[in-house]
Amino acid sequence: MSTVKETHGSDRSPNNTGPVLSARGLVKRYGNVAAIRDSDFDLYPGEVLAVVGDNGAGKSSLIKALSGALIPDSGSIMLDGNDVRFESPAAARRLGIETVYQTLAVAPLLDIATNLFLGRELRRGGFLGKLRVLDRNAMRERARQQLDSLGIATIQDITQPVETLSGGQRQAVAVARAAMFGSKLVIMDEPTAALGVRETSHVLDLIRRIRDRGLPVVLISHDMPAIFEVADRIHVHRLGRRIGVVDPSEVSMSDVVAFITGAKEIPAGESEEHAV
Amino acid sequence: MTQSKMMPPETRQTDRIRTLFARSPALGPTVALVIVTLFFSVVTDTFFSLDNFSAVINQSVVIGALALGQTLVILTAGIDLANAAIAVFGTILITKLVTQGSPPVVGLTVGVIACGLIALVSGTLVARLKLPPFIVTLGMLAVVTAVTNIYSGGTTWRVPEGLLTWLGRQTYLFGGIPMTYGMGLVVVLYVVVWAVLSKTAWGRHVYAVGGAPEATRLNGINTQRTLISVYVVAGLIYGIAAWLAMGRTPTADPNAYQTGNLDSITAVVIGGTSLFGGRGGVAGTAVGALIVAVLRSGLTQMGIDTNYQNLATGVLVIAAVAFDQIARRRTA
Repeated sequence: MSTVKETHGSDRSPNNTGPVLSARGLVKRYGNVAAIRDSDFDLYPGEVLAVVGDNGAGKSSLIKALSGALIPDSGSIMLDGNDVRFESPAAARRLGIETVYQTLAVAPLLDIATNLFLGRELRRGGFLGKLRVLDRNAMRERARQQLDSLGIATIQDITQPVETLSGGQRQAVAVARAAMFGSKLVIMDEPTAALGVRETSHVLDLIRRIRDRGLPVVLISHDMPAIFEVADRIHVHRLGRRIGVVDPSEVSMSDVVAFITGAKEIPAGESEEHAV
Repeated sequence: MTQSKMMPPETRQTDRIRTLFARSPALGPTVALVIVTLFFSVVTDTFFSLDNFSAVINQSVVIGALALGQTLVILTAGIDLANAAIAVFGTILITKLVTQGSPPVVGLTVGVIACGLIALVSGTLVARLKLPPFIVTLGMLAVVTAVTNIYSGGTTWRVPEGLLTWLGRQTYLFGGIPMTYGMGLVVVLYVVVWAVLSKTAWGRHVYAVGGAPEATRLNGINTQRTLISVYVVAGLIYGIAAWLAMGRTPTADPNAYQTGNLDSITAVVIGGTSLFGGRGGVAGTAVGALIVAVLRSGLTQMGIDTNYQNLATGVLVIAAVAFDQIARRRTA
C-alpha cells in the first residue's frame, strides 16, 4: 500500500526535488489505541509545511516520531532519501533536525547566549579547553551574530537572563537556537500559541527568514491565519493519518477546518494524491 | 540596562542599584554581613579584633564546607538534610580505620570516598526514581545517623594526631593574621567550585537542571546524570568537611553537628541561593556561612543563651526563604 502512495506522492515536490524528510506507513499504538495509523509525511526543500489536525488526531505523535521523541512501532523515516531511525531526540538533532517545543523551550534563569548553546557549549582551545573551560566570548559573539542575522533586533543585551524577555522574545531565542544548529530542517510545535498578535507576526517573520535561508520548516499549529500567512503547503491530519496535503492558495481557511473535522473530504484534484 | 538611557535620572539611579543587586547576588548578603559585624563590634567590647575575626571564620569552616555541598544540591532544586550526618559518619569511619592501623592517607581517602558513595545513593534515588529530595535525604539522615551510632558503639573516638588533625594547625598569614590550614582549604574549595560552576558546561547544566529541568532535558542534556553527579560531588565535599571537623576538635563524636543540616541550609539561603533551584551561587553561600558564624559568635559574646541563638537562626532562614519567594513571584 505504501509503495503505491510513494509513486504517486513523493515526486510531486514544489520544485521537483526529492523530499528532505519523509515517512511512509508510520504506526504507533498505545495498547489498543493507535496514535498514528499508517501515516505518511513529506517535507520538501525550501518550504514551510504546516501540519494541522484536531486535538487527538495524532499530529503531535507524528511530529514526535519525526523528531526522535517517540519510536514508531513500524514504518520508515527517510532523511534525504536515506532510511534513518531516531532512538532519541539527541539522535535526530545530531542529524540536523532541530525542534522548537511549544513550552519549556528555554531555561529562564540562564542568559540568552547560554541558552543558545545549552548542551552544545563551545570550549576554549588549548589547556583551558582540556580543563573544560567554556569560551564565553565566542558563544556570545556567535549568539549576537545569529540574532542579528535573523533580524531579532528587540533583544539588545545577549547577557540578560531569558526570564527578563517577553514571551515572543523567548520564542525567538528558541527559534534562533534551532536555526543555528539545524542543518536539515526545523520543527516548530505551536510556536505562536502563547503569543499576542504582534509577537506572532514577529515569529512568522522569523519562520520566513529561516525558510529563505534554505532550511525547510515544519509548523504545527492551530492558528489558521498564521498558517495561511507563511505555509507553502498544509498537511492535514485526521484520525491518526495524513488525509491529504493542500495548497493554501487554492483552498480557504474554512475548507481546511472542514478537512480537519471531516466535514468535507479533500477533493482529489486539490490534494497531492496522498489520500487513499 | 540599555533602556535606562531614556528614563528620568531618579528612576535610572534606583534602576541601576537594582540591576547591580540582581546581577551580583552576593552583594545583598555582603551588605548584611557588614551590618551584623558592625553591630556586634559596637555592642560588645570583644568582637572587634583580628583574633576574634579569625576565630569566627575558623568556627565556620565545617558549616562552610557543608554549605558548599548543600549549595550544589539546592541549585538543582534539591535539598540535603543528611549532609552533616554523612560528614559525622566520615569522622568516625576515618578515625576508626586509622586507630585500627590504616595509614592516615588511606583512612582519609576511604572516608571521603565513602561520603561520596552515600550521597550517590541519595542522588540516584532522586534522579532515577524521581523521589523528592527532602524525603530521600530525611531517610538518609536517619539511616546514616543510626549506622554512625552502631559503628561507633555510641562513644566518642579520639582522633590520632597527624594528618587527620593537620587542618586545625594554626599559622600566621603575612606575619600577623592568625589562620588555620583548614581555613585555607575551605577558601580553595570555594574558589574551585565557583570556577567549575561558572566556567564549565557542567556548571551551566547544574543551573539549567535546577531552573528548568524539562527544557534542559529537551536540549539533549542527560539531566539524571547531571543530578547524580551533583550529589556525588557534594558528598565528597562532606567528606572533606569531616576532615575539617577532625582538625577543629580532635574527637570524632557521633552526636556532633546535629544542627549542621539546618545551619548549612541557612547559610545557603541567606547567601541568596533559591530553594527553587537554578538561582544563586557559592559566593553568596560563603557570605551566608560567615553571617551565621558572626551571629552565633556575636550573640554568645553578648551573653545570649544558645536557645535564643537557635531561635534567631530559625527565624533568619524562614525570613530568607520568604524573601526569595516574594522576589521570585515578582519576576515570574
